[in-house]
Amino acid sequence: MGGGRLLSSFWGRSLGVLRAGCRVGQAQRPRLTSWAVCSNSQLIWTLQSKPWVFDEYRTMWFKSCRMTFLSLNRMKSYWQLWTRLYSTSQTTVDSNEVKTFLAMAHKWWDEEGMFAPLHSMNDLRVPFIRDNLLKTVANHHPGKPLSGMKILDVGCGGGLLTEPLGRLGASVFGIDPVDENIKTAQHHKAFDPVLDKRIEYRVCSLEEIVEETEETFDAVIASEVVEHVADLETFIQCCRQVLKPTGSLFITTINKTQLSYALGIVFAEQIAGIVPKGTHTWEKFVSPEKLESILESNGLSVQTVAGMLYNPFSGYWHWNENTSLNYAAHAVKSMVPDHSGPAEVVFKGETEEPQAEVSTIPGVHGELKK
Amino acid sequence: MATRLAVSRCGPLPAAARRSPLVSCRRWFGASADTVYDVVVSGGGMVGAAMACALGHDIHFHDKKILLLEAGPKKVLEKLPETYSNRVSSISPGSATLLSSFGAWDHICNMRYRAFRRMQVWDGCSEALIMFDKDNLDDMGYIVENDVIMNALTKQLEAVSDRVTVLYRSKAVGYSWPGPFSMADSSPWVHITLGDGSTLQTTLLIGADGHNSGVRQAAGIQNVSWNYDQSAVVATLHLSELSDTLSSLVWSTSHDHAAQLVSMDKEEFVDAINSAFWSDANHTDFIGSAGSMLQYAVALLKPSKVSARQLPPSVAKVDAKSRVLFPLGLGHAAEYVRPRVALIGDAAHRVHPLAGQGVNMGFGDISSLLHHLSTAAFSGKDLGSMSHLTGYETDRQRHNTALLAATDLLKRLYSTSATPLVLLRTWGLQVTNAVSPLKVRGH
Repeated sequence: MGGGRLLSSFWGRSLGVLRAGCRVGQAQRPRLTSWAVCSNSQLIWTLQSKPWVFDEYRTMWFKSCRMTFLSLNRMKSYWQLWTRLYSTSQTTVDSNEVKTFLAMAHKWWDEEGMFAPLHSMNDLRVPFIRDNLLKTVANHHPGKPLSGMKILDVGCGGGLLTEPLGRLGASVFGIDPVDENIKTAQHHKAFDPVLDKRIEYRVCSLEEIVEETEETFDAVIASEVVEHVADLETFIQCCRQVLKPTGSLFITTINKTQLSYALGIVFAEQIAGIVPKGTHTWEKFVSPEKLESILESNGLSVQTVAGMLYNPFSGYWHWNENTSLNYAAHAVKSMVPDHSGPAEVVFKGETEEPQAEVSTIPGVHGELKK
Repeated sequence: MATRLAVSRCGPLPAAARRSPLVSCRRWFGASADTVYDVVVSGGGMVGAAMACALGHDIHFHDKKILLLEAGPKKVLEKLPETYSNRVSSISPGSATLLSSFGAWDHICNMRYRAFRRMQVWDGCSEALIMFDKDNLDDMGYIVENDVIMNALTKQLEAVSDRVTVLYRSKAVGYSWPGPFSMADSSPWVHITLGDGSTLQTTLLIGADGHNSGVRQAAGIQNVSWNYDQSAVVATLHLSELSDTLSSLVWSTSHDHAAQLVSMDKEEFVDAINSAFWSDANHTDFIGSAGSMLQYAVALLKPSKVSARQLPPSVAKVDAKSRVLFPLGLGHAAEYVRPRVALIGDAAHRVHPLAGQGVNMGFGDISSLLHHLSTAAFSGKDLGSMSHLTGYETDRQRHNTALLAATDLLKRLYSTSATPLVLLRTWGLQVTNAVSPLKVRGH
C-alpha cells in the first residue's frame, strides 16, 4: 500500500479527488493489469519508440496500482494512438469487458438477483421500442404488435430484452461476444416453444455480421451497450449498415457527468452494490450530445432523447426530462445511400490478423445489459 | 413427437382408442408436451369463468393460449326455467361494467335480472333503520340468478374458443411449482396434473377454485379463517303487496335455527319470516327512547327530506324446494400471489353474505388482475413474473381487507341483542343514515 500511495502522490497533480481517483483506479485495475501483462511485446516496442513515456509505463508496470483520471486518460490516448498505428484489428469489443461479464453469465434470469435493475428497465425500454416502431406501421396485428419486424439486439446478454420483443411477435436476432451469455439465453428460450421459433442467437460481434446482414433489420437495439464499446464511431456505422432505410436504432446508455460518476459508479457499484463492481468505466460513458453528433454525422436522424431514472428503493425505473444519468435515444436511418469513408478501409483490413489479446472483438459487450 | 405421445397414452385403453381414436386422443394433441399455456384458470365458477372470459376477450391476449379447468360438467341452459333459482347474487354497477366489457351483460339482459335502486336495513332490536338510495336515477345494483350469469359467461367463452379452451370434468390433482432459480435446468413453468393423468404446463396459474382452494393449499399460502357459528338459509319468497313480486331471502342465523327453518313446512316458514320482520319482542323501552332521542337531535341539526320510510315486507308464500342452507365463515389468504400463481375470488377471500359483496369482490379482483396482465402482455412480459403480480396483490388486499373487516364487524355487531351493543348500533345506524358521505363510502 505504501508504494501505492507513493504512486498516487506521484500522480497527484490530477484534477480528480484523490480518493475518488483511487476508487476509479481500483475499478480499472483488472483492466490495466491484464493489459500490461498481455501486451508485453508491444509494450517494449512502445518504450523503445516513445522514451518520454518510459518512466510512466515502467512505474506502472512494476506497481500496477491506483491511477487518477489524468494518467488514465493519457495512457489511453497513447494506447489508442499505438493501436491505430500498429494494430490491424479495429473492433469494438473490449476483451476485458468480456471477462467481466463471463463471471456473471449464469445469473441473468434471476429477477431478484444482481440483474434486477435490468429486468425492471424492460418496463421502460420495451414500450419505448414498441411504440416507436408501431408509429411506422399503419395497422398491426392485435396480440402480436411487432409481427413481421426483424430486430437485431446487439449485445443481448442473457436475452432479457430479446425475449419480450419476441413475445410481441418480432423475429429477433440476438448477438453477444460472450459465449456463456448466449448459452444462457439459448437455454432459457428453449423452454418456450413460441419464443424458440422467433428468436435466434449467435456468439459474434456486430462487425462480423455486417456483410451478411446488410440492410436487413427494421430495428437495431443497443441497450446498455455503447458504454462498453471500444470504438463508438465504428459501432454506429455498423449499426447503420445493417439497418433498412428508415429503420430505427434504439440506444440506452449512461451519461458522462459528475452525477453519473457519483451515483452510477460510486454509489451504485461501490456502496449500494446495485450494479456489480467493475461493470462500468466512467470515461466510456457517452453524453447525449456526443452520441447525437455521432449519429447525425453517420446519417441517423435523432428522433427522441429521454432521460431515465432508477429508484433503488422501489426497484422501478421512471422517465425523466433530466438526462444526466441514464437516457434512451431513438434515431432513424435516413434514405441517403451509404458512402464509404476512411473508417471502413481500416475495418476491412482487420480480418486477417489473429485475435491477439489486444484486439477488441467487434461487437458489443453483453454486460449489464438485458 | 406429439403423435408418439398420443399413441403411448392411448396404449392402455386400446378399446376406447380403436372406437374413437380422434376423440380420446385429441386432448393429448392439444395438451402435448410442446404446449405451454399462457394462463390456466383453475375453477370454472362465476369468478373463474369470468376471468377466462375477460382474458379471452382482451385485445392483448389475441395471440395467447388460455385454459379453463372445471371439475363439473358443462351446464347448458336451453330455456330459461319458469321458476326462479334460489341462488342469486347482488351485482354492483362496477361488476356489471366488467361483465359488459366482454359482452356477457347483454346476455344477462336478454335473460332476466332485476335492478334495484334502494336498499333498506332494519334492526331487529329497535326502530332504527338505514336507507341507501341514489339521488340520481342510476341503479344501485342488480339481482341476477347465478345460473343466468353462468350461462352468459359460457356463451361468451364459446365466442373466443380459438384462444380459450375449456376442459370440463377436469380436476387438477397435483401441482408442481417452478424450482428456485439456482436449479437452472428445471422447467420454469407450473405443471398441473389432472385426474386422468395428463399434465399441463403453464406460465401463470390462476386459482379461482373457491374457499377450499386446492391451488392455495398446494402453494402453501396461509389462510386466516374462522367459521361463524351461523348458517345461511336461502329461499325465494312471494311478497304480499304486488302479485308478481318475488324476493330472494338470505337469512343468517345459528346452525340449529337454520336447520329448523329448512325442515319446517312452508306456512310455518312464512310465519317465521314475518315475525322476524315485524316482531318487537326484542325491542326494549330503553333502546326505543334512546333511539328516538337521537332521531330528534339529528332532525334539529340536519333537517333532511325524509323519503318514504318503507315498512318491512310481509311474506305471502315461499317457493317449493327453494330452501337451502349453507355454512358461513370468513377467510382471507395471507398472500394473493406467488411466482406464477395468483388467487382470485373466494380462494383469496371468503365473506359473510350480509353485505352482498362476495362475488363483487371477486369481480373486482378480476378487473385488477386483468389490467395488470393486459399491460404486461402488451409489454411482452413473462405473465408469471412477480413484478406485476405484486401490483395486483397490493391493489386488492388494500381494498378487500377493509371490506372484510367491516363486514365481519357488522356481522358481530348484529348478532347480539345485548343492550349496549344494540344501543351502539342503533345510534350508529341513525348517524350513518343522517350523514350522507358515510353512506356513500359504505356502499
